[in-house]
Formats: sequence, structure tokens, C-alpha cells
Amino acid sequence: MSLAHEMAFANPNITAYAVEATEFPDLARRYRVNGVPKTVVDGGKAEVEILGAIPQDDYIEQALQLPSKTS
Amino acid sequence: MALITPADQERLREAFAEMERPVRLLFFTQTLDCETCPQTRQILDELPPLSDRVTIEEVNFVLDADRTKEYGIDRVPAVAIAYEDAGSLKDSRIRFLGTPAGYEFISLVQAILLVGGGESVLSPDNRARVAAVAQPVRIQVFTTPS
Repeated sequence: MSLAHEMAFANPNITAYAVEATEFPDLARRYRVNGVPKTVVDGGKAEVEILGAIPQDDYIEQALQLPSKTS
Repeated sequence: MALITPADQERLREAFAEMERPVRLLFFTQTLDCETCPQTRQILDELPPLSDRVTIEEVNFVLDADRTKEYGIDRVPAVAIAYEDAGSLKDSRIRFLGTPAGYEFISLVQAILLVGGGESVLSPDNRARVAAVAQPVRIQVFTTPS
């Protein structure tokens, strides 16, 4: 969670929500949450889903739909 | 009864003592039809006794529609983290929906420390990439308490 929160704190255009999935089954259903942590990003070019905890570079690239630094 | 062990309270007290500015937890709640609101309040109430830099402000989700909208809250219990800077209250845009128990409690403490002036884990490269985002983006991270 802390990465998404860091992103929000670093840029006023970004808002980050930690959502307790079992408490809001409607949201968990809507975003097809079958495992946690699951990140859903919207507002960019397309809705993005990130499953699990992944390295910081990969997380930022996927969340913001940026080209990979390593490729 | 305290939800946090005395040893953890001491650790939190030390961590909060490093904070450079006051952090306010805006707790969005409602009296009826919110099973987990009292539990959330109980957890949040553990924090202010550990630091005079952490305060809680309760916002009524039903009656205070303006603030609810301002902070983009559409369900309760919810917590928005704000901080005092140069005499005014600023929004960190960090939110918690649902009870911040278990792993989410750790995440809440980390967010408080970050907003309070703590060090960021973002690398300089990634900080620049995040800063370049020019359109509104919403990130939701789904978790469970354990």
C-alpha cells in the first residue's frame, strides 16, 4: 500500500485509496478482486490492474503505463 | 482496553516524536448503518495519546456533504489524512476505506509518518516519473486485514 500512498503524496493529481476488500464486497466484485493486494488504477489511458506486491520500478511503470526502464 | 501492546505503543511514540508537522486524521463516519464505524474510531483513538502531533477530526458522512465531496469519500468508515502546513490544512490525498486493522494499521502508521515529514521510499527517478502525471489518477489498493 505504501507505494500508492507515496505516489498520491508526491503529486496532487493522484489520489490513493486503501480499500478493505471484505468490508466492501460490492467494490471487490466490481474490480474482480480474487487475491490481495490488488491495485486498480483509473484515470490514465486505460484501467490498469496490478496483482501482488512487485518491485517499485515495475509498480510505477505499470500503474502509470510508462515504458520500462530496463527494456 | 488498549488494542496496541505497551511495547508497540512505545515504538510508535518514538516514531511519532520525529514528525516535523501535525497530521490530522479526518474520520468520516455515520451513526446508523455502519457496523464497522465504532471499531474504526476505537483503533484511531489509540493514536493521539501517543503524540500531540496526531489528531482526529470526526466528519459526519451524512450531514457534512461538502467535506465528504471535497475529500472524494463515497462510503464509510473512511479516513483521509491531512496535515497542517503554514497554518492551513492540506490534503495528502491518502485515504483508507474500511477498518484500518492488522496490516492496514501498519499502513496507516506509515502514511502518518510520511505525511508528518518522514522520508519517502520513492527513488529520485520514480519521484520524477510520478511528478510528471498531469491528469487526475485514482489508485485503489484492495487488501484484507491479515
